Amino acid sequence: MRIVVEHLSYTYQPRTPFAVKALDDVTLTIEEGEFFGVIGHTGSGKSTFVQHLNGLIRLPSSLKRQKKIKPKKGCLPPPPPVLKVGDFDLGDKKTDFRALRKSVGMVFQYPEYQLFAETVKEDVAFGLKNFSEGKPDPRQTEEAVREALSIVGLDYDEIADKSPFDLSGGQKRRVAIAGVIVTRPEVLVLDEPAAGLDPLGKREIMQLLHRIHGSWCKTIVIVSHDMDEIAENCTRAAVFSEGKLVCVLPPSELFRDAGRLTDLGLDIPLTAKLVLALRERGVEIDCNFRTEDFVAAVLARKGGAS
Amino acid sequence: MKDVAFGQYYPADSFVHRLDPRLKILFLIAYIVAIFVASNFYGLALCAAVLILAVALSRLPVGKVFRAVRGALILVIFTAVINLLFHSGKTVYWSCGILCISKEGILFSAYLVIRLVLLVICSSLLTYTTTPVALTDGIESLLTPLKWIRFPVHALALIMSIALRMIPTLMEETERIKNAQKARGANFESGNPLRRVKAFIPILVPLLLSAFRRADELGDAMEARCYGGKKRVKYKKLRFSWRDLLAAILAAALIAGVVLLRVYLGEIV
Repeated sequence: MRIVVEHLSYTYQPRTPFAVKALDDVTLTIEEGEFFGVIGHTGSGKSTFVQHLNGLIRLPSSLKRQKKIKPKKGCLPPPPPVLKVGDFDLGDKKTDFRALRKSVGMVFQYPEYQLFAETVKEDVAFGLKNFSEGKPDPRQTEEAVREALSIVGLDYDEIADKSPFDLSGGQKRRVAIAGVIVTRPEVLVLDEPAAGLDPLGKREIMQLLHRIHGSWCKTIVIVSHDMDEIAENCTRAAVFSEGKLVCVLPPSELFRDAGRLTDLGLDIPLTAKLVLALRERGVEIDCNFRTEDFVAAVLARKGGAS
Repeated sequence: MKDVAFGQYYPADSFVHRLDPRLKILFLIAYIVAIFVASNFYGLALCAAVLILAVALSRLPVGKVFRAVRGALILVIFTAVINLLFHSGKTVYWSCGILCISKEGILFSAYLVIRLVLLVICSSLLTYTTTPVALTDGIESLLTPLKWIRFPVHALALIMSIALRMIPTLMEETERIKNAQKARGANFESGNPLRRVKAFIPILVPLLLSAFRRADELGDAMEARCYGGKKRVKYKKLRFSWRDLLAAILAAALIAGVVLLRVYLGEIV
């Protein structure tokens, strides 16, 4: 499913002294099959943006919009926002939001805090039950739960009947992710899926995302602070700052201009830092900022020099 | 969820905002006393005039003030209707069994409604213009005499301020968990009442867990910073200023005026 966003704006607590413009005229397209990164400083609007994608934050209906914004004299009224995910038009009130949420899975920040059921099995099956028409078949449900748990790297027979609260932090998070992907959404949106995990846990989560990308979920949208994660994994990344979209570029181009990111208070990946350090010493390395590619480029250069 | 009027502070820089919170609490009490002392419409008119002056000085948008009344609207209407129908009087316009509408009844319900509306507006004026922190500081300071009978005034004030501070946090948390479960297809809007109550379990369990976790963490953080020592000083010291003197004179004048009006003009009916 292709995601089309045009002129999307959003204000928290409008018309109060607390009003904050979280999104300001954002326009971008995410193609099917992408591993799309969303980066930005805290409060840049990236979480607000991804929450639009499965209708948790709705577009104001067109009628309301006309009432709210009085066009000023001499300037054109703002263009209407468009938000489409595949065939779903999120600006339309009649859209079946439940069907939309079935196709667009959403893993929130610290998803382990949404676990609630008595057993892991029940918790993972929660989404499945909600989205199925009528009573779900217990055999099929068990099969789907088993599959979802195995793809996140957990053993069904070992933990299915345990309480989710008895698991370790990393296990809890993987159970929570299993609870979202169990319905096989076409688009999977993750908000900081690796936050708060140790380096090994982070790597496991990223490997898990690669396992499901393309086969289980066609498109993956990931919000992250970790630029190494973005450089290693993403096909393209969108940079947000104070609600505005700064640019959408593949990592190989994005991290070439390190100054722009550091000006926005963002980090750059380790490989980009190394490229800069080498450039200062008069060594030009051209790579796409993936670790593997960087190492290969460095080795090739070394081989050429000696 | 976000438009809860209760205890909502409206930030502005005004005469009323700058008053000492201790005095504001005392003014509220004095004002409530004045409303109850006022026995006729002249007294109430005086009360209303003072309140209008206070609202004007507070620079609150009028809409905010009326929103507070809207919250108590059902109570106001209920009081008005009951008193209108059951208050007996000499000049009866309509009657049916024990129900009757009389001139006295109409006047009396109007009197009660005005009282109620004034009460609601003046108490919301306090919460609109005082930050929760200042409010608990004020309450703590006013309760100081209770320390003599070993009442843990400070602990009480701390519990109040933590509770007030956690309300928005917990509401945010609720919203987040609700969104997460909605993303997994949870449905909170339809179904029979029993099903709707059951639908809240996926919100309540994580919410309770997180509340306990937060309480634990806060306790640890406070202990780590040596909370519990005997002597504590305030970061923000409360001080009286010329504004407070002015307001106190106004409050005294209000009480005196209401008492005089009661003595010289008597009761309404």
